[in-house]
Amino acid sequence: MFSITCVDEPLRKPVPLYEQTVKDEKGRYQRFHGAFTGGFSAGYFNTVGTKEGWTPATFVSSRQQKAGRQNARPEDFMDEEDLGDHGIAPRQITTTADFASGRKDVIRDKARAITSLSAPIPGDTVLEDLVAPARSSMGVELLRKMGWKDGQGVGPRVKRRLCKQRADSATRAFGSASPPNGSSESQDEEDGEFVPENVTFAPKDVTPIDFTPKVDLHGLGYRGLNPLAALRGGPGAGHINLFTMDSDRTNSLFGEDRKGQRRRGGVAGQGFGVGAMEDDDEDIYHRDIMSNYDTVLGGEEPGNGLYGWTAPQQYNRKKKDHSKDAAYLGKILEGFTLASDKLETKTVGIFPPPNLPRDFRPVHYFRPVVDLSSVSPMVAQALQTSRGHMAQEEPSKGGRHQLDSAQRRELLGEATLQGADCSLYSSETCRHNKMSLLNPSRFAPHAEQQQQEALSVWSGPTAQAQTGQTFKPFERTPHKQARYDLYIDQLKQGDRDALELSLDPTMTEWERGRERDEFVRAALLYKPSSSSLSCRFTRGKQDDGVEADTVEVTRDQENDVDDKQAAVKMKMFGKLTRDTFEWHPDNLLCKRFNIPDPYPGSGFVGMPKVKRDKFSVFNFLTVSESPTAIGYTTLHIHTLHYTSLHYTSLSLHYTSLHYTSLHYTIPHYTTPHYTTPHYTTLHLTTPHYTTPHPHYTTPHSHYTTPHYTTPHSHYTIPHYTTTHYTTPHYTTLHLTTLHLTTLHLTTLHIHTLHYTSLHYTTPHYTTPHYNTLHLTTPHLTTLHLTTLHYTSPSLHYTTPHYTSLHYTTPHYTTPHYTTPHYTTPHYTTLHLTTLHLTTLHYTSLHYTSLHYTTPHYTTPHYTTPH
Amino acid sequence: MSFPQPKPEVPQLPQNLLRTIDCQQGAVRAVRFNADGNYLLSCGSDKSLKLWSVSRGTLLKTYSGHGYEVLDADGSYDNSQLCSCSSDKTVILWDVATGQVTRKLRGHAGKVNCVQFNEEATVILSGSIDGTVRCWDTRSRKFDPIQILDEAQDGVSSLKVSEHELLTGSVDGRVRRYDLRMGQLHVDFINSPITCVCFSADGQCTLTSSLDSTVRLLDKSTGEMLGEYTGHKMKGYKLDCCLSSKDTHVLSCSEDGHVYCWDLVEGSLMLKLPVGKAVVQSLSFHPSETRLLTAMEGRVQVWGAEPEETEEEVVVVQQEKA
Repeated sequence: MFSITCVDEPLRKPVPLYEQTVKDEKGRYQRFHGAFTGGFSAGYFNTVGTKEGWTPATFVSSRQQKAGRQNARPEDFMDEEDLGDHGIAPRQITTTADFASGRKDVIRDKARAITSLSAPIPGDTVLEDLVAPARSSMGVELLRKMGWKDGQGVGPRVKRRLCKQRADSATRAFGSASPPNGSSESQDEEDGEFVPENVTFAPKDVTPIDFTPKVDLHGLGYRGLNPLAALRGGPGAGHINLFTMDSDRTNSLFGEDRKGQRRRGGVAGQGFGVGAMEDDDEDIYHRDIMSNYDTVLGGEEPGNGLYGWTAPQQYNRKKKDHSKDAAYLGKILEGFTLASDKLETKTVGIFPPPNLPRDFRPVHYFRPVVDLSSVSPMVAQALQTSRGHMAQEEPSKGGRHQLDSAQRRELLGEATLQGADCSLYSSETCRHNKMSLLNPSRFAPHAEQQQQEALSVWSGPTAQAQTGQTFKPFERTPHKQARYDLYIDQLKQGDRDALELSLDPTMTEWERGRERDEFVRAALLYKPSSSSLSCRFTRGKQDDGVEADTVEVTRDQENDVDDKQAAVKMKMFGKLTRDTFEWHPDNLLCKRFNIPDPYPGSGFVGMPKVKRDKFSVFNFLTVSESPTAIGYTTLHIHTLHYTSLHYTSLSLHYTSLHYTSLHYTIPHYTTPHYTTPHYTTLHLTTPHYTTPHPHYTTPHSHYTTPHYTTPHSHYTIPHYTTTHYTTPHYTTLHLTTLHLTTLHLTTLHIHTLHYTSLHYTTPHYTTPHYNTLHLTTPHLTTLHLTTLHYTSPSLHYTTPHYTSLHYTTPHYTTPHYTTPHYTTPHYTTLHLTTLHLTTLHYTSLHYTSLHYTTPHYTTPHYTTPH
Repeated sequence: MSFPQPKPEVPQLPQNLLRTIDCQQGAVRAVRFNADGNYLLSCGSDKSLKLWSVSRGTLLKTYSGHGYEVLDADGSYDNSQLCSCSSDKTVILWDVATGQVTRKLRGHAGKVNCVQFNEEATVILSGSIDGTVRCWDTRSRKFDPIQILDEAQDGVSSLKVSEHELLTGSVDGRVRRYDLRMGQLHVDFINSPITCVCFSADGQCTLTSSLDSTVRLLDKSTGEMLGEYTGHKMKGYKLDCCLSSKDTHVLSCSEDGHVYCWDLVEGSLMLKLPVGKAVVQSLSFHPSETRLLTAMEGRVQVWGAEPEETEEEVVVVQQEKA
């Protein structure tokens, strides 16, 4: 209890002395002296004659100045403080009555209201209304002198027609309630039977706009509860509308009150008792009337709702002008006016939301990522290199065996080794020695031979001519690439022990051995092409592919054409036949079309392009992880996903690849889209392109223009001279030329190879130089083709060009050649000089459908007839 | 309140031959109305482009400067400029009044099949047999195209421009719609070489004619087929098709010497207009009235709904004098 009381009554602190002082406006201290002794003390304790005390004025006789003396005003007896802001008579600059406008004086109104209650006739200030000083402001005086009359508008005089229109809009703006100015007058105007010519009228007065800024937080048009209106009482005032509109406001502005309205003073109406003076008591309990409320959205009907839909013509008149719709729209908010002309809406600019596909889920869908741990590392690496994004995402992944010791050290955060680790060194060297002992013939002498070969290749004149080495096989490990570059440089200079010089001496012997082998192989694989092949190839149309290691292809590829053709046949146009791609218009083009750039800041134009690795066998045939694979005995490729295969140049040198057993256990070779229009250098010959000039059948025989032939003479492209190899499952394979220079396959076991659909839709091949198929290598020992069905019945080998086809294989056991059906007679030139296949086991080769769908070399078909 | 809507007028077809103009410029490869339909352009195989008055059939101007036969032409919205394309691989921008070559645009690798101004004549778009569409700037002094659209896998046979779209038909059997505003390319597969593409006047549909003797009306936004119009013969020539000015009918040239006119909604053949014995090479529909131009051999014919009155001619003459 104690504590509570303590809390309730806060301790009164004694006010310190320094807070009790008061200063006047000049900063002088004033002391309170006591209420009865004159307030603040002056001077030294009210002593007179001191410094700041009150000094009585010395008496001066004013008998002589009596004439000049005026009546004393109250101000003469006031102090400075009294005239200040907080004094009795504050002084401020105001408009004098002469210049004051007709605005009501607030204080005066208040006084009037008070006196009206006590007036002889309650509710009216009769006398004051009757006797009012005739006063008008300076502006009004000026206007009157210029000929203005009360109630007119200001401005040049107008003709009758315009005048009437304004009257119309004015009455409508007031709504249906009651026009403020006598309705008879406006009616007269509207009738307008008498319109004299050459008579002008003064313009209508305009409603002054109230420029009072809105400072409160109420809604627009809120005026609050006017006590005068609320207390006025009467049945008409039962409903209090807090929101007044322009029309009401103008009423009050004009000071015109509604004529028929009863005005009463006093407290009356709801909740208030009836005084003795008042006789009607039915108003005690206020009854609200429904007619006070709007029952129709958007205001009342014109014509007071008396007639409704079946109203006579004048009420039911349709308004043609939308500016007349004020009555329909109802009340207009204060501060707003009705727009004079309609806002133009541009329908073109409105976009519907994008069409969502039916199977759209509002969840981001990631690309299916192959679990690298589930597939063999080689496949994983192949995947990574073939798909650009994966390689960038995880640069260091790909198994710990792909890392070199430096990288592992970085990953583990170990310090750099000062010297060679003895134990590691010894163990590794032991292992290496063991291995070299195990298969000495496979590694040591062969490597020696290869090194010689690499040296001879790289130190040649053509290699010297080739300045920039473009191929970087070890790009992902920069150290290794640097060593490789060094090695190549040494090779170019003809250094014999280039390999040993370029290798890192700090690495273990095993690592060095591995790298040595890799370098030699890489050097041989990517020897300068000019030495062997480049003389036979012409550059592709897009020569960027030759220089760079990657090819630019459009990111979005078209769907399966087969499906579309089927859809067209079934006349199911729409989703099946439509492809939508992202396409970037040029910024300037957008500007010229008056359109905002849909991709502002996008760096390119056209279809988005993606750089993809060229297909290189090296991606797939790198060193396998197991140490036993140094000799490359087994290479297991389980699944090969060719997302995009770009054969930029078909120079496959398998010379240095010794695959003792290649098990292609690929179950489903499902590469459906071979849609590579950017085949930069696939050199396919077009000997048989019969440029379709015979189709040019101009109807008007007189106008057989000889000009038709010319534009197509360049079209030597069409490559499809088609050797139609049709093995049972191999329905249509159109390969014009295939350049395999050296192909050493000791054993190649392909169990199942399913080519489901291969679509080559490449129309623009520019290089016509290839009508030769050069296979120039010699070692085919055994070729096991278990099932190879050539169903095509007639293959005319019309090639006298078979210069040398040395099948030096004693083991060429081909008992399985069942039916050599060769369909197409177009096999023009097939140069097989030497083909070395030691063992090639094709257990089953399923080519279900290989479609070369390039039927559209039809450009000439529809050429302008006449 | 609701009165029955007045019955819409039965659409009239241009079945009366009003005038035949012998162009004297070899075979007429294409005939085109200008923007307001008072004049026509005829592209001749004698390397000339001619401007005619439709109402009187008089030659107003000959534009010569091409090196080969003129294949297509278009007039700007304000009738101040013309553009034409030719087998000589060039596109020429002409000044109408003086007949001078304002600009000669080279860059196409093959003959240029089709040419079109954009709405404000700030860009000329040309489609060529080399499989590209080139966008030439008429405002700048540069002679390089703003952009090259090389998505087509074969020659571009036809091209139309709307406010913000570009419609191209290619011989690879695809109709491509480049939406500049959305930054998208829509490819519709037709499976037959496209000879002509058109926008409908309401901008909702595209009309394509292809060498399988079929004219198809496709929904622009989805690519679905709304109508298929057959009966004519279009096997080997690049012939035009078009929609009537109020989108009520579909018209197409035919190799049998007729112009076929189908009802757009029903797809029924409404009119088979006999033009002549040879192939109807080109046609063009008046932008607002029921008037049709056809080109066959060396002649251009003007067709209208009613036989021509002399009074109208007088009015037109007066207008032109004014």
